Amino acid sequence: MTEQKNNFNLNSLLKETAININKEDKKNAISVIKNTPLPNSKIENWKYTRVSKLGNINFENNKANIDNISRYIIDDTKYSFIFINGHFSNIHSSKKIPVGVEIKVLSKKNNEFVNSSLKIKGEIFNAINTFYLNDGLLIDIKPGTKLEKPIQIIHILKGDNIISNFKVIINAGESSNSSFIQGFFCDSGNNNFCNSTSEIQVAKNAKLNIDKIQSESEQSFHINTEQVKQEQESIFKINTFTLNGRIVRNNLNIHVNGQNCETHLNGAYVLKNNQHVDNHSIVDHKVENCISHELYKGVMDDNSTAVFNGKVFVRKNAQKINAFQSNKNILLSDNASINSKPELEIYADDVKCSHGSTIGELDQNSIFYLKTRGLSDKSARNILISAFFQDVINNIENQNIKGYISQLLNDRFEWNF
Amino acid sequence: MANYTEDQLAQDLKNQEYKFGFTTDIKSDKAPKGLTEDIIKLISSKKQEPEWLLQNRLKAFKIWKSMENPNWAHVKFTEPKFQDISYYAAPKQSKKYESWEDVEPEMKETMKKLGISLEEQKRITGTNVAVDFVMDSVSVATSFQSKLKELGIIFCSFSEAVKEHPNLVKRYMGSVVPPSDNFYAALNSAVFTDGSFCYIPKGVKCPMELSTYFRINEGETGQFERTLVIADEDSYVSYLEGCTAPQRDENQLHAAVVELIAMENAEIKYSTVQNWYPGDKNGLGGIFNFVTKRGLCEKNSKISWTQVETGSAVTWKYPSCILKGDNSIGEFYSVAVTNNFQQADTGTKMIHLGKNTKSTIISKGISAGKSNNSYRGLVQIHKNAKNARNFSQCDSLLMSDECGAHTFPYIECKNKNAKIEHEATTSKIGEDQIFYCLQRGITEEKAISLIVNGYCKEILNKLPMEFAVEAQKLLTISLEGSVG
Repeated sequence: MTEQKNNFNLNSLLKETAININKEDKKNAISVIKNTPLPNSKIENWKYTRVSKLGNINFENNKANIDNISRYIIDDTKYSFIFINGHFSNIHSSKKIPVGVEIKVLSKKNNEFVNSSLKIKGEIFNAINTFYLNDGLLIDIKPGTKLEKPIQIIHILKGDNIISNFKVIINAGESSNSSFIQGFFCDSGNNNFCNSTSEIQVAKNAKLNIDKIQSESEQSFHINTEQVKQEQESIFKINTFTLNGRIVRNNLNIHVNGQNCETHLNGAYVLKNNQHVDNHSIVDHKVENCISHELYKGVMDDNSTAVFNGKVFVRKNAQKINAFQSNKNILLSDNASINSKPELEIYADDVKCSHGSTIGELDQNSIFYLKTRGLSDKSARNILISAFFQDVINNIENQNIKGYISQLLNDRFEWNF
Repeated sequence: MANYTEDQLAQDLKNQEYKFGFTTDIKSDKAPKGLTEDIIKLISSKKQEPEWLLQNRLKAFKIWKSMENPNWAHVKFTEPKFQDISYYAAPKQSKKYESWEDVEPEMKETMKKLGISLEEQKRITGTNVAVDFVMDSVSVATSFQSKLKELGIIFCSFSEAVKEHPNLVKRYMGSVVPPSDNFYAALNSAVFTDGSFCYIPKGVKCPMELSTYFRINEGETGQFERTLVIADEDSYVSYLEGCTAPQRDENQLHAAVVELIAMENAEIKYSTVQNWYPGDKNGLGGIFNFVTKRGLCEKNSKISWTQVETGSAVTWKYPSCILKGDNSIGEFYSVAVTNNFQQADTGTKMIHLGKNTKSTIISKGISAGKSNNSYRGLVQIHKNAKNARNFSQCDSLLMSDECGAHTFPYIECKNKNAKIEHEATTSKIGEDQIFYCLQRGITEEKAISLIVNGYCKEILNKLPMEFAVEAQKLLTISLEGSVG
């Protein structure tokens, strides 16, 4: 084992996964972990995000218990699945499974588990996730199933130097309609790290909606990769809200393989202190007649930094694509910064693609106007920020989630939405 | 330069004439292929350069050796063989024709369409440089020179400037684009052969557009060209580079460096039309155009880049502005056209350092055939750049289903008072637009040319008048045969 400074720390505290993973996948993963240094700023995809700190921490993984998890429950749906430090929590999770859905906890699965073809090869964090995988869920939504209530998956970190490798696999069957809520929280502890991956397949004519809330702590790291494959006439929608975390990195890779698909990516990030949030997305249009829509909005305060990198590919012969991308940012402090990089790579001519990016501060005239109406400086700012986020928040269909986010923002930033 | 006397000017002119007569001699004087310290020493001694310049060259060569050819641009090409190039006598290698009859009919046709006079056509193709024409050119140049001299403006070749105005050159050369900046800038700093030098004294508004086109012996651009434009306080200059006429050149690699310095309250307008040989319809041959262009803005100054890029097989060019002084302004207006197998990766960098700095970026890309056209730009707002303002717009027009149009903007903001807007669109010419023109009796080809010109109008309007007219025709010609 070569001990290179920039590599992931392979210490004896970490044990390889107990889950029955395909041997070949595991072998590839360990070879990537050994041979690939942690990304540095010279790698274009990681230009603005420094993760070398992760190499200095002696990570371990322990099971932990939390007595009361009620504050982490986003929606009072009947179907909640709770993971603590990547391990399935039997006590807190629902026993019920909706009709037409098969849900398996990966550690309780007997047959060999093979990484899907969606997996990114040679990527370090995916390799760590595969080799040290703690647990996860495999969800099959049978064709034609229409879920009334969302399925909620909550992940909580607890303890110092904890690494949690967590995975969710969703197969949305033909003509199904389902909705998921994902929450990532941190109960306590320093230097903990949630490394999560999702593999999502949306079959023909299916509709899948994911609302994701990331609100860990200012001491925790979070790296999340979502690999999504869409078949014809499907609709995939994801709303990502990042409210807390020391370094958060989201990779959304959407492969649109079928015609007449719709893809909606929405996100909001609200940062303060020394937080750093990096949203990377790729929408790869391989075939004709599709629509993709991306809207990310952020507010940065104190010393926080944010990164947005959205990429739209339109492959050769993928005609009649409408792809829109928008990133809007407000800086509240002199020390906050934003790096925005909306990209288009287009190889077909009959397309309508556009992107826009704006950066600015709160409008002084608007603040003045509100103050003349008797509002304090603080509430004037609150109103303007809440108005700024309104269109992203309106993309959430579930009222309970909206309420939960408002509560979080209120607790953390004293913003009343 | 107040102390630029008539005698000096006479000397300048004498040198120019001398150089002109000397051209053929230089040509025969070719250095062996390859790049070593000895070759650099040879270049330097042939040009009778002072010791400091040789040292600069050697330093740049050392830096270049430690660098790697950059590969981040969205272009594909075989790396030029740097040891296979003759670094001296290279600049005067444009293709000469034995007689006017030898010139390819397509080339003649193109020039006819551009509306270039027969005399001019012959001059460009290098056939039969008519004596009276040269005489005429000299007289034109002389009348220009005397007018410029009255105002104290220095406008000469780079090697002349090294001899005549060493202090200015020594002080400003490499101050905006240091040799360590990038691979091709380092190469250029080590082996540059000639270029242009321009100095506008304090408070002078240059009354005419300065063009390399008018300067004797500079109709042919060198392979490793170096341009330095200095606008002293409160001055103004409009500088033209290039020419709309097609340029044939045997050198595949062109790596130029352009440095602009705008001092307090000065304004520089720099316009380029680039129409190097783009390779044939199958993508064979063509020029690699790797240029580093950058301007430095002091307080209240303004630099404006306008470019029309239609030529070259591979273009790699980012005219940039460092907005160092408070209230300074940077502008970038660009039209880049690619056809057949051409590849262009072009854009700008606007570095906002001073307070209240403003920048505007308007980029129009047109891709046709099997070409790839990318916009790559950086807008960087530093911490102290209070109230910085940027507006960027990058539009791409796709004219075939085999071409590509790409946008890679980098926006980095570290100041909360900054306002940045960026927008980009990609689309093709609307069928309804073409239908409307056809309905009015305009042929499809004409319709497309009309629409493309309308699309680029914003940029073409920024060009000096005569240039703009030619550039419009050039666009039409570049896109010929791409309809269908």
